[in-house]
Formats: sequence, structure tokens, C-alpha cells
Amino acid sequence: MISSELQKCREEIEIHAREYGLDFFDVIFEVIDFEEMNMLASYGGFPVRYPHWRFGMEYERISKSYTYGLHKIYEMVINNNPSYAYLLKGNTVIDQKLVIAHVYGHSDFFKNNFWFSETNRKMLDEMANHAIRIRRYIDKYGYEEVESFIDTCLSIEDLIDIHSPFIKRQFDKKSFLEADEGGRKPISKLRSPSEYLEDYINPPDFIEWQRKKVEDEKIKKKKFPEFPERDVLLFLLENAQIEEWQKDILSIIREESYYYAPQIQTKIMNEGWAAYWHSKILTEKIVTDKEIIDYADHHAGTLSTRPGVLNPYKLGMELFRDIEDRWNKGKFGKEYEECDDIEAKRNWDRNLGLGREKIFEVRRLYNDVTFIDEFLTEDFCREHGLFTYAYNRSTGMYEIESRDFKRIKEKLLFMLTNCTRPIIEVVEGNYMNRGELYIVHRHEGVDLKLDWAKDVLKQIFKIWKRPVHLETVVDGKLRVFTAEGGKKGKEVEVESFLVR
Amino acid sequence: MALKIEQDWGRFREIVRGKVKQNLRKYIVHSELIGKKGKDLVSIPVPQVEIPHFVHSPEKSGGVGQGQGEVGTPIGIGEGDGDGHAGNQPGQHILEVELTLEELAQILGEELELPNIEPKGKKNIKSFSGRYTGVHTAGPESLRHARRTFREALKRQITSGSYDPINPVIIPITEDKRYKLRETVEEPAYNAVVIYMMDISGSMGSEQKEIVRVESFWIDTWLRYQYRDIETKYIVHDAVAREVDRDIFFRVRESGGTIISSAYKLCRKMIEERYPPDEWNIYAFHFSDGDNWSRDDTHECIEILEEDLLPKVNLFCYGQVESPYGSGQFFYDLEDHLKDKDNLVLSKIANKDAVYDSIKQFLGRGG
Repeated sequence: MISSELQKCREEIEIHAREYGLDFFDVIFEVIDFEEMNMLASYGGFPVRYPHWRFGMEYERISKSYTYGLHKIYEMVINNNPSYAYLLKGNTVIDQKLVIAHVYGHSDFFKNNFWFSETNRKMLDEMANHAIRIRRYIDKYGYEEVESFIDTCLSIEDLIDIHSPFIKRQFDKKSFLEADEGGRKPISKLRSPSEYLEDYINPPDFIEWQRKKVEDEKIKKKKFPEFPERDVLLFLLENAQIEEWQKDILSIIREESYYYAPQIQTKIMNEGWAAYWHSKILTEKIVTDKEIIDYADHHAGTLSTRPGVLNPYKLGMELFRDIEDRWNKGKFGKEYEECDDIEAKRNWDRNLGLGREKIFEVRRLYNDVTFIDEFLTEDFCREHGLFTYAYNRSTGMYEIESRDFKRIKEKLLFMLTNCTRPIIEVVEGNYMNRGELYIVHRHEGVDLKLDWAKDVLKQIFKIWKRPVHLETVVDGKLRVFTAEGGKKGKEVEVESFLVR
Repeated sequence: MALKIEQDWGRFREIVRGKVKQNLRKYIVHSELIGKKGKDLVSIPVPQVEIPHFVHSPEKSGGVGQGQGEVGTPIGIGEGDGDGHAGNQPGQHILEVELTLEELAQILGEELELPNIEPKGKKNIKSFSGRYTGVHTAGPESLRHARRTFREALKRQITSGSYDPINPVIIPITEDKRYKLRETVEEPAYNAVVIYMMDISGSMGSEQKEIVRVESFWIDTWLRYQYRDIETKYIVHDAVAREVDRDIFFRVRESGGTIISSAYKLCRKMIEERYPPDEWNIYAFHFSDGDNWSRDDTHECIEILEEDLLPKVNLFCYGQVESPYGSGQFFYDLEDHLKDKDNLVLSKIANKDAVYDSIKQFLGRGG
């Protein structure tokens, strides 16, 4: 329900948003009080979720920080067709206007950004279905049983392959047939015109090399999985010896993970895009004289920064503005890059006017990683005072480490890759031919948090039911952690040993 | 409106309570908890109610920030907070959960299997307390219910057509006024007093006093949960006894010899003058290292206990704290002479870890 006054504001903002070229789902607005807002935020935006204590924990955290005045949620919008957006009751009208414009920005992003193209647009219904299914299992198998299994699944919920929705897999019956015949595949020889040339055209060592290639191929086929699998959840789903209801729960958790992944993948862009548009629409079309101070205050609060925390709203919005400006003035391409004259570069203006078009293209095709990789410039870093920081063991503090452009970009890209999570792959599902699971952490310079890693390993063991090995690097040394035991009431234990 | 989150939130609280219960022995022994006590709340650090994931170790990762400062400028204190990750992840932290003292007492009761206390039958004493039970159309102006009154006025004005949304002035008239209804409720009153006595002779060092402090905190918590109102009185003694306040009780420096009867006499006097046993539930706790001055005095103590104190109190607990000079004879003397008394509980507390079992002994009687 939304009051007639707000309704009028909404209509006006919607018209302006469309005129600027935004193309969004229908948005259904609801005004709710802070308790409902806190609840919905705990549920990840959805009114109906399956029962689980972690939502309660989140609620406790959010309401506490609300009570202490540390944090207030102004708005929430969910990626769904139609999009649902919640406004906080009791906010001033200008706050609501800002938020409404912001929401249209998000909805446009959801609808048009490539990385969202595979998400379920009826997720509201889907989440409710998940809740029904899990409640049914609770009725049948008991609350604690189901809860404990959900705990297990949640601890590996992020082990998905964020790119997999976009990979078209060749997966048909023919490939099985080929694989089967692979065993009897003839060694390929070069054709020789006559017999006496045979030894020259196909010398014995060449034949031997070909034979080995076929053999290798066969071994590779036997490998399971054939290629390292980043979608650990999928691998477990297809291969773990668990009950059907457990598989269903695992698949629910996996599906929800894939739904949320693009939001993590495009956090900077998505928030930046929405901030760009609320600022544009409000300052150019909506705000009245008497509202301007309140608007500026709220907008500044949204974009405020403090050391050590990168504000995605701020970074994203400034980057979009920078891109628009550069493409308007033609500050890109070979000629510009190769120009040595600083003064000329500063005053560069080719009057191309391509800015608006460019940012719409960017919002369609990029995610945070490619966005930063392509559009973060040295000038931008300097202008906005970006730096890298690191932990200093001797003082126990985080300190500014560098303001070097290359370091900043590297670090930022590292943080954003794979949704800031370490890359984990299943390498062998039949390790040592004993049905043990061998997973590898692709170490990229940063160690795992070990106590948690061990706990996660125990959880995977609960699903796999055979020993689980994790290969990682600790302080520069290769280590393997193994979770095993658990039989006859024995605790599952994690041991580690150094490799060479 | 009842929120759907209630169920999940309740479950979360239950898990937290379970964690506290699991680690109760640890919490009981570590007195830092008592330091965190607010008026009715205790804030307890609960380890890992979170769901573990594969994550980068925060100390080794660092991140990118924005703002002023030279290279080397500190930007924040380490430990945990994973804020470096472009603000995507909620910070990781040890959870501080607030429990009311009542909840804490419940947990204590469940874990130690403490029986509920049966107050001595003084049910003829009634106390009166007021409660607001409803809303009425008449009443004193001081109890006028502003919101209900306003709502009535609004309703009336809308139905009569005198409400103007452009100029929403609401004027309540007499018929609109609503008042809170107060009802007097009779409740049986149980008065309870706890008298703590502590030996502060030279042999009771700071460690022994720490044990007493920890133990009395938990006893207090339990008894306060069992009785609505409770009075606590503190007596310290060496060769002479005197009544002190709570602060002094725990801070006073040790000195002098030990004449236990001095404390028992003061306790007897207190009960006679201020806490007639037919109106009061009386709990007495005495902590000492058991090294009494003379056998004669010990006999006097036994006499006072047998004739004056034990018949009047619900429970008399003697806790013998082990001191650097060993544990005294007093414990055995009491055991020999008075072991058939139901409301006397004796407990030996060797060190801080023994507090847990000692509480169980003391309060396991439910008297």
C-alpha cells in the first residue's frame, strides 16, 4: 500500500526515468515499518523463506544496529518480474522520492545486465516453493534433522561456479558413445602412398607417441570428474550418497546461491548505477527548492566513505560519471592514450557526446571485474584518493600500503574475482581409487582462514561420507587437510600434513 | 503484528542458550562475566554460532580503501572485521549475546538440575500491586489514554464529516476520552533474605575471596530468580564480626585471627531483630578456610547453629575454601556433630573450578 501522495511522486519519477532511457520491470512499491523492514532484510528481501535460525541471527544483528542508530535500511528491492520494492514508513517525502528513483535504477539493471539474464524472474514464487518443500521435510523427518542438514549445506553454499549459467555444455548421448568407443580407437597414422614408404612416413617413435596419446586420453576419461569442477554443489548433488530429500535441500540451497551470485558480482556497478540515476533524476527533475538541503544530506550520507571501507555506491557512481565524461569528450582510444602533453589531455574535448550511450552499453555487458579492469584509470585513482591497505603484524593495525595505480587495480580485481571468495575445485572424486574426495584451493597469494576451513571440511565429510582431502597452501607450504573418522560415534577429525 | 521472523529468532536464541549451557562451567569459573553485568542483563561472548565458509584469512588479505593519508597511516584496528572486501561481506565477529539474569538463572537451574525452591508457608502475607488491564470510558485524567482518545475523536470526526484532510485538526470531546483501567492484584509475598558471612582472617587471600565472589554471584542470581524481592546482607569477621555493604565485603583486606562464633552471633542477632523467621525465608552462607581459633569456639558455633540458627533458616551453607595454609578442621567438626540436620549443607571448595559443584551442593536441596 502506498499513499496517494507517494503514488503521484512515483508516477512522475517513472515518467522521467523512462524519458532518460531506463527500461525496467514494473515495480510494486510497499511502505512498511522498520520491524518489517528488518525482517525482510534478514530474509534476503523475500517475505517467505524456509525456516532457519540464521535468519533469526541476522534479524538480531540488524535490529540491534538499528536500535543503536548505527544503521538504517531505507529501501530494498528484489530482482523479480515485477520487481518488489519496500519503502520505510515514516521517512520524509524527499527520502522516499530519492529511494523510488534509486529503485528504478536497480530494476533497470536487473532487467538489462547480462549477468542477470539467467536468474529466475519468478523468484518470489520460487522462494515460497522452497519454503513449502523444506517445511514438508521438517514435518516428515523432524526439525533438528533438517536444520542440521541445512547448516551443512549452507557452509558450502558459495562453492558454485558463477560462470556456469553461461556455459553451453555439449552434453548429449553421442558423447557417451564416443567415450565408449574411445577405448578401441585406432592409432591415427598418416596415409602412405605405398608400403615401402610406411616406415619413413610413420616412423616407430611416431607410432609410439600416437599410442601414448590414445592411452592418456583413456586415463583422462577415467578421471572423475574429467575436468576440475568448481560447482562443488553440483558435483555432490550428482555423486554423493545422500537421501532424496537431502538432495532436494542441497539443490534448493544451490539454486538460491545462483540467484544471489550476480548481485554480489555486480555490487559496485548495480549500486553505482542506481546512485547515478537517483542523483540525475532528482537534481534535474524532481527536487524543489525547499527539499534540496535534505536531499543533499541524504545523498551525501549514502555516498560517504571512511578509510578502509570502499563504498560501492560512491565508487560505482563516480566511475559511471567518469566514463560518461570521457566518452562525451572523446578521452579514449589510441590518439588519446598516446598523447604526452598533460595540458592537452586535460583539456581534451572532441565533442563526441557518446557518454550516455556508452554507460548504457556498460551497464548491459559488464560485471564488477570487467568494469574495474576496463574503466579504472590512473587519473581516477588519484582524483578519488584510492589506496591499498594491509595488515601490519607489529602494530596489529591495518595501514595504508600503497597509492600505486597498478597495486590498487590488482588488489581490487583480486578482491572481486569469484565474488571475493577463494576458488575451490573438486579434482578427484575417487581419490586413490577409494572413493575419497580430493578438493583443491587454487591459492592466489592469500591463505585460507584455517579454523573455518577445517570446519567446512567436516561438513563436506557429512555429505560425502568418505574421507575428504583439501589441498591448500599455508605460509608458502603445500598442505593437505583430511577429514575422516565419524564411524561408530567417533568425532570427525581433521588432520593435516605437509606435502614434500 | 506478529512477525514471521519470531520463529527463526526464537530458534536462534535457543541455540545461543544451548551454547551458554554447554559452556556454563567455563562461564561460572570465569568471573569476567560478572564484570559485564548491567542492571538486568548480562552480555555473554558466545563463540561461533556462525556458519563456517571457505574464506580468505583477513590478516593476510588487506584491501582497497579511499581517503586521505600517507603510506603507513593506520586506518583501523585488526582482528576479524572483514570490511576489506569491498563491503560485500558482513563483518565476522564473536557474537555478544545479551541474556537477562532471569534467563541465566533458568539455564543455571536446568544445567545444575536445581529444584525450584519451596518457600516456607507464609501465604497469609499478601502484597498488592497494580496492573493495567484494559481501557474504559471513565477514569481519572491522569490515566487518559492519549492515542485511543485521539483515535476515537478521529473516527467520530470522519463519520460526522467534519474531518478535513487538508487541515487535519482533531479535537477530542468528552465522549471520545478513553482511560486506562487499573486493577489491583493480590499476590502472596515471599520475603527472602540472604546473609553472606566471610572469614577475612590473615589466611584468606585474594584468591579465596575471588572464589567467594564468584560463588555468591551465582547464588544471588538463582535466589533472585526464585524470589521476586530479595535482601542481601553481608558480614565479615576475623576475631570480631561486623556488618558491611557489598562493596566492602569483597574488598576488605584480610587481617587478624579467626573466631567464627563472632559471625554466628551477629547473624543470630540480625535474625532476631530484623528478620523474624515466620515472615522471612532466610538463607545463610558462610565461607571460611575453617581454621578456627580454638576448639571451645567451635563448640560454641555448633551450639549456636543447633539451637538458634538452623531452626530459623531455610538453609545454612558452609563453604570451606582451601587456603595456602591448607584446609581447616571446622568442616569436619560440623560434619561430626550436625550431619543429621537437613538444612545444613557443607561444601569444600578446593579452587575456582570447584565452584560449579559447590553451587550444585548448596542449591541442590531446594529448601
